[in-house]
Amino acid sequence: MIELHNVSKTYSNGTKGLNGINLTIAHGEFVVIVGLSGAGKSTLLRSINRLHDITEGDIRIGSQSITKAKGSQLRRIRRDIGMIFQSFNLVKRTTVLRNVLAGRVGYHSTLRTILGRFPKSDIELAFQALDRVNIVEKAYSRADQLSGGQQQRVAIARVLAQEARVILADEPVASLDPLTTKQVMDDLKKINTELGITTIVNLHFIDLARQYATRIIGLRAGEVVFDGPVSEATDERFAEIYGRPIQKDELLGEPVAEVPVS
Amino acid sequence: MSTNTEKIRPKAPRKLKHYFTAAILIILLWRSAVLTDSSLGELLSGLPNMLDLLKEMFPPKWSYFEKIVDAMLETIRMALVGTTLGAILAVPVALLSASNITVSRWLHHPVRLLLNLIRTIPDLLLASIFVAIFGLGPLPGIFALTVFSLGLIAKLTYEALETIDQGPLEAMTSVGANKIQRIVFGVIPQVQAHFMSYVLYAFEINVRAAAVLGLVGAGGIGHYYEVTLGFLEYNKTCTIILFTLAVVLIIDYASTKLREKLL
Repeated sequence: MIELHNVSKTYSNGTKGLNGINLTIAHGEFVVIVGLSGAGKSTLLRSINRLHDITEGDIRIGSQSITKAKGSQLRRIRRDIGMIFQSFNLVKRTTVLRNVLAGRVGYHSTLRTILGRFPKSDIELAFQALDRVNIVEKAYSRADQLSGGQQQRVAIARVLAQEARVILADEPVASLDPLTTKQVMDDLKKINTELGITTIVNLHFIDLARQYATRIIGLRAGEVVFDGPVSEATDERFAEIYGRPIQKDELLGEPVAEVPVS
Repeated sequence: MSTNTEKIRPKAPRKLKHYFTAAILIILLWRSAVLTDSSLGELLSGLPNMLDLLKEMFPPKWSYFEKIVDAMLETIRMALVGTTLGAILAVPVALLSASNITVSRWLHHPVRLLLNLIRTIPDLLLASIFVAIFGLGPLPGIFALTVFSLGLIAKLTYEALETIDQGPLEAMTSVGANKIQRIVFGVIPQVQAHFMSYVLYAFEINVRAAAVLGLVGAGGIGHYYEVTLGFLEYNKTCTIILFTLAVVLIIDYASTKLREKLL
């Protein structure tokens, strides 16, 4: 369970990134956060694993407060929270397998990881993770030889190898085409339902949000303006979240139809 | 064609700045030439002397070759050891100098200052200092090259470090990696090819530098330059020059090829 109590973030220049956010996200939920750029979606997500520090309030992951955690305790909490990024954030010059194994470093001593001596069970775990996202044949390819969609699947495999209990995905499909968008979102959904990993995704496309989410949270100017199940997230409510009618580029459209058959 | 319908086009920027820059450059060049007493006339009057020297250098005395092979090998060995030691020392120094890795200003600024200081000292001066400390022989030469390589490699590497993609570092933070793990998994793979390329580059330079270190008694082929020039045996000097040229060309070629493969 993830709890945010009265969370606010004020940047050093005085702008408010987040303003008095209270949320409770239960185990196994698939939450999609929507909102315009600058609404605070990314800030909110990065506060949860403390890639960004908050200025007020408290964030609890399970029974522990990540806001107050320090040093190895903070690293241990982070180990349980996987993150997927818009730009994949793989090390491009190394192999896919090593990128996935990088998800395991939190479990071992510094010396062991420096020497790259991961136990057999870790390598098995990495292969299983690659298998789950259907990319196992690329294990020994260099990451920069893969397409964007494949790279994002490697990033998902890294999170799986990490054995995270929560996945945060910050605009995971923003740099992908419609077909690979569907594959990546399907992967995330599959992991969420099969492994019961709590998943929180920032999305720009509202039809995609409706298609995959079990719960939608709307942000506007750093405040929660909508929080409810998909059935309540009507076009009118979205118009409220966005402060204006929905525009065409906020809809992905039918994914498959846009890709020419080759 | 009324001005109302047509958008007003911006005027072309003035070229005054370029003229000004050119003028300043010409003045600087002219003043430098005057103040250092360099003149084309002197160059022309010195030309016959240069031709005489060239005449004495040819034909090179090929038999001298055998005598200097050992010294040349020593030069290459000095460059190899010096570069390697310098490269090893450069790793922590570069990491400490990069502002995106060592965030504390109180740490990376002093380290950079030290690095600049090291690079200000010419390698011949370094060699002389080390000769004074350790005595004649290749050891002071190796140390001089170590310090020189350290300065060069660390400088180039920290600049490469500052241009790395921060994304993988962020990802490593999110998986719960500690500082060292972040560097090993997020930083090093991004710069290791650059680093290797800089090491090879330093080695290229060091072979050339090592060839003159002997002038101050720091071992290697440089000693023979001094001896042959001192005895006015220019045909022998010519052999050394040609030999050095051949070695440098081979190493340059190999290193360029290797670096192409790396990047």
